[in-house]
Amino acid sequence: MELLGVLLTYPLFPYLEQELLRRGCHLLRLYDSPENNHLAFLRANAASIRAVVCDTHVGADAATIDALPCLEIVSTFSVGVDKVDLVKCKERGVKVTNTPDVLTDDVADLAIGLAIAVLRKLPAADRFVRSGAWKRGGYPLTTKFSGKRVGILGLGRIGLAIAQRAEAFNCPISYHSRSKKHHPNYKYYPSALDLASNCDVLVVSCALTDETRLIINRAVIDALGPQGILINIGRGPHVDETELVSALVEGRLGGAGLDVFVNEPDIPEELFQLDNVVMTPHVGSDTVETSKSMANLVIANLEAHVMGWPLLTPVM
Amino acid sequence: MSSSPSLTAAGVSITTSNGSSLSDLPPILVLRPLSDAWSSALSAKFTVISPSSPLSTSTHAALVSAAYNKVDPALLDQYPSLKCIATTSVGVDHIDLEECRRRGIQVANVGEIFTKDVADYAVVLLIDVMRRITMSDRYVRNGLWMTRGDYPLGSKLRGKHVGIVGLGSIGSAIAKRLEAFGCKISYVSTKPKPTVKYKYIPNVYDLATESDILVVSCSLTKETHHIVNKQVLQALGKEGIIINIGRGANIDEPELVRCLVQGEIKGAGLDVFENEPDIPKELFKMDNVVLTAHQSALTPEAMSDIIQICIANFEAFFAGKPLLTPVMAD
Repeated sequence: MELLGVLLTYPLFPYLEQELLRRGCHLLRLYDSPENNHLAFLRANAASIRAVVCDTHVGADAATIDALPCLEIVSTFSVGVDKVDLVKCKERGVKVTNTPDVLTDDVADLAIGLAIAVLRKLPAADRFVRSGAWKRGGYPLTTKFSGKRVGILGLGRIGLAIAQRAEAFNCPISYHSRSKKHHPNYKYYPSALDLASNCDVLVVSCALTDETRLIINRAVIDALGPQGILINIGRGPHVDETELVSALVEGRLGGAGLDVFVNEPDIPEELFQLDNVVMTPHVGSDTVETSKSMANLVIANLEAHVMGWPLLTPVM
Repeated sequence: MSSSPSLTAAGVSITTSNGSSLSDLPPILVLRPLSDAWSSALSAKFTVISPSSPLSTSTHAALVSAAYNKVDPALLDQYPSLKCIATTSVGVDHIDLEECRRRGIQVANVGEIFTKDVADYAVVLLIDVMRRITMSDRYVRNGLWMTRGDYPLGSKLRGKHVGIVGLGSIGSAIAKRLEAFGCKISYVSTKPKPTVKYKYIPNVYDLATESDILVVSCSLTKETHHIVNKQVLQALGKEGIIINIGRGANIDEPELVRCLVQGEIKGAGLDVFENEPDIPKELFKMDNVVLTAHQSALTPEAMSDIIQICIANFEAFFAGKPLLTPVMAD
């Protein structure tokens, strides 16, 4: 990988940057120049850039790809590829890789953690204790998680991992997916609306595509209802965020656990007042162990590309 | 049959439609406050006797709770006719079981009513500390995601060694859940359980040495008082995390706080404390602990189940049948 010119679109996990440097890559950091100067930066360095490493903060859009005539490969530090213009890449013959499987456990762990934290109001209880309020009386009852009906939108790797965990809590599992899977224990519903009408905890774990954008709309939220909770570990744009906020504020939805938002890191402030909402700053795969695994996968893909070997995790 | 309402010591006597008097319903001495849900459920099947009633000394069955009652020789002398005591808790450290056994008094707790809720809570506390859910929710609510950027990384669950202190019904339920997350389970218990697939370790110190995460889920007895002490915490080590859904006194609390302050262990999820609701102030400043108000069992579902199990135990007692969830002295 000597002298491979790599554009980094966003500050990376330090280990990844160190490893790229150790292998002799020439790193160009898009974030070192101000946003309004990005295109100029790209053009100035276009001749050197053969690879782009991007992530969920800043991806590789059409304008970026167009500005880089020597671009051969885009490796995203994520499993989601919604921030990579796949059509443009295909047109240009640019290869794309992502980081599936290595982060499945972490994201599934967080989904279940958020679900229980919302139902048992964990952060609110912690706030209650830290405020000294316990001296005046106990925290109100919070509803049981075990046995709640869990509905999973998107039964891919992550959706399946969530289902397996929820089963350990005796939760009946149902799902909606583009196609029905062969799962004797999991009940299929033909639409997100049907799924929401028949579960207590709805988990969004599908890829963001044109079909799934705004799949969680007002009708689905109303179907989930005042006893239902929404868990989003997919992408912010899966959900009509305005409708979600008003449903939560008005009590039409029982609660929400959200790791992703439409306009990260900008979150609707109305959510900050709510005890039945738990918010995490897009940390689905953010563990030391998984970040390292994801980094190794990015590097292995770039190395394979340079050596002419098959890519490990190409995106078709 | 004609009815003439008369005031009994227990309250107003009312004749029911089949002619029996409500005061014919078996009497239960109630030694703890009753919510409306309790009152109506109990009164449908029993006559509720208050401690101030003259009938209290001749009543055979009593309802107590861990928060309000200490069932010791003094109390048992006060109510010498008791033959059955039901407590609305799992824990019986407020009951002198040996004294009850001596007096031929049967004791019932609520059995496994709370098991799932407490196990769920232990698991969410563990995930929360490992993945920093509450801390990062606080970070977000304080507007810091906007100003300071991404939150520091957490720790993966799969492959972590979890040591469970006390593999009773709650410890087993915790183990079953954590297995689904890929955790490796070991345990310490009063006796090894040969039918259980998890690794048995003979003492808490060795368990802590091998564990990344220690989960305290045992009852409080003389033996388990401060079972997690300075040596155990040192053995758990700098990367170690402790979760407590047992009793505060299972852990040497001042030592725990000192270890957290000095960074000798990595974090803690605590639902119970030695001196509730007084909590060491140092904990409030920490970002690596999650603190909750002894509420692992407090779900509306469990509360409703408690009433049902207590009633079922009393019914069994009055029918001369075995209690559903008896507790024996060791």
